[in-house]
Amino acid sequence: MSMIATLTGTASKRVLPGFGLSLGITLLFVSLVLLLPMTSLVGQLAGLSLAEYWAIITEERVVASYMITIGAAAVAAIVNALFGLLMAWVLVRYEFPGKRLLDALMDLPFALPTAVAGITLATMYSSSGFMGKLLAPLGFEIAYTWVGIALAMAFTSIPFVVRTVQPVLEDLPQEIDEAALTLGASDALAFRRVILPHLWPALVTGTGLAFVRSLGEFGAVIFIAGNMPYETEITALMIFVKLQEYDYVGASAIASVVLAVSLALLLALNLWQGRFIRRLHGGKG
Amino acid sequence: MQRIGDAPRTRRLLIGLAVALSALFLLLPLIAIFAQAFTEGIDVFWNNLSDEYTLAAIGLTLLVTALTIPVNLVFGVFLAWLVTRFEFPGRRLLQTLIDIPFAVSPVVAGLIYLLLYGSSGWVGSWLDGYDIQLMFAWPGIVLVTIFVTCPFVARELIPLMQAQGSREEEAAVTLGASGWTIFRRVTLPNIKWALLYGVILTNARAVGEFGAVSVVSGSIRGETNTLPLHVELLYQDYNTVGAFTAAALLALIALFTLAAKAGLEWRATRREQFR
Repeated sequence: MSMIATLTGTASKRVLPGFGLSLGITLLFVSLVLLLPMTSLVGQLAGLSLAEYWAIITEERVVASYMITIGAAAVAAIVNALFGLLMAWVLVRYEFPGKRLLDALMDLPFALPTAVAGITLATMYSSSGFMGKLLAPLGFEIAYTWVGIALAMAFTSIPFVVRTVQPVLEDLPQEIDEAALTLGASDALAFRRVILPHLWPALVTGTGLAFVRSLGEFGAVIFIAGNMPYETEITALMIFVKLQEYDYVGASAIASVVLAVSLALLLALNLWQGRFIRRLHGGKG
Repeated sequence: MQRIGDAPRTRRLLIGLAVALSALFLLLPLIAIFAQAFTEGIDVFWNNLSDEYTLAAIGLTLLVTALTIPVNLVFGVFLAWLVTRFEFPGRRLLQTLIDIPFAVSPVVAGLIYLLLYGSSGWVGSWLDGYDIQLMFAWPGIVLVTIFVTCPFVARELIPLMQAQGSREEEAAVTLGASGWTIFRRVTLPNIKWALLYGVILTNARAVGEFGAVSVVSGSIRGETNTLPLHVELLYQDYNTVGAFTAAALLALIALFTLAAKAGLEWRATRREQFR
């Protein structure tokens, strides 16, 4: 099998034209657009001693912003895991009027500019807004609090879990359901013990992507956050504020932390997914 | 055939919950945008829309999008051709690299471009010598927009071209077709819908990018203010209706994107059924 694959692989390399041209254009683009700008961050930080770097990234106000960002992003990701699982299940397993519309609506947060989402949520949930007025008598304050940050992060990352779980659920054969139910399992037990293990990799990937996206979210959050130092200030805003004060070194140091964490998470997700797929295919693939 | 969760009560409960939550968290904000834009009537809406600075913002956003799309279209097609038609060392790495813009926070994306092309950066200071300023001007906005949107076309094309394989193109080669003819006559008809959707996604993101653009723009009214930045500016000025007027325009583009996706998906399933 693998010999045939190698043969056709090398054959197609010889047969189809355009290898040199597409390699050249791709490498030029990747170097100029993706890699060269990243080196500027390294260049900017090279002038710092380790102690100076450490002092900037562990400054009290910055650490507070990490806590707020990570906490809100974690809540947003978990909420989206549950909501996404529900939506994927309902959209795949049931037929009902308006289903196509609901399906299309799931992509709204990716299509809608983040600043638009931001001002809309801030207006709706402020004390004079429609939702704010509804929730204030119940003692819930959302705008300009930590909850508002999580809400905005959750909104912008809704599609991740839905769209990663949906195709996996579609590919599950009906026989699985039947086998579980004829053996006497209840719906809840069958879902937990039979369906969920199949969805697990997709669910974790989707939730992880939602978390990474929420860590970096800026446009949707700043309007509803209130941006009070130590309380509702996210890390992306800290970078932005430092830039406006022309503190490029400080901004770069904090940005390097955000960048390293996001890239490490993305890499970990990729590796974990790869291992899971290999296990499913009995060590191959 | 019996399936999990098919009992009428479970079914009704889950559908009800899904519809209610989606209405509250997705539909309601969408409605709120248009409701806010029209609170003071249609005349005010038109007045806001024909404001000099709003028109300038629309113009700049169109310019940025018009320059971004062709660049990323060409790059996306070449990258997809490269990674789906050839085996070479570093192929996986290249596919991972292209996802970087999705993982990078928009503010960080703006920052790295500012560091490189700003007047203190090494490329920026070199260009300064020739009196070329990229940052806090429209070219900078175009550059970061290209960065932020570069994965979309390739991401739509790669899975499709991988699934289709290269047999048709190889047949065309044996019949003596040139590279350009193969692409135009064999590959393009197979990928045109995915390509179109990739362009629509690029367009949606290019029009709406906020974080990265706000770092490199300088937000000069009428000069370097894109439509999303204009939304922010009006909102900070307590001109809520004006802000939502511009926002409604952006929301319309978002709705068009969703409709286009639904349409293309419908087309794809119908074609499968007829096969």
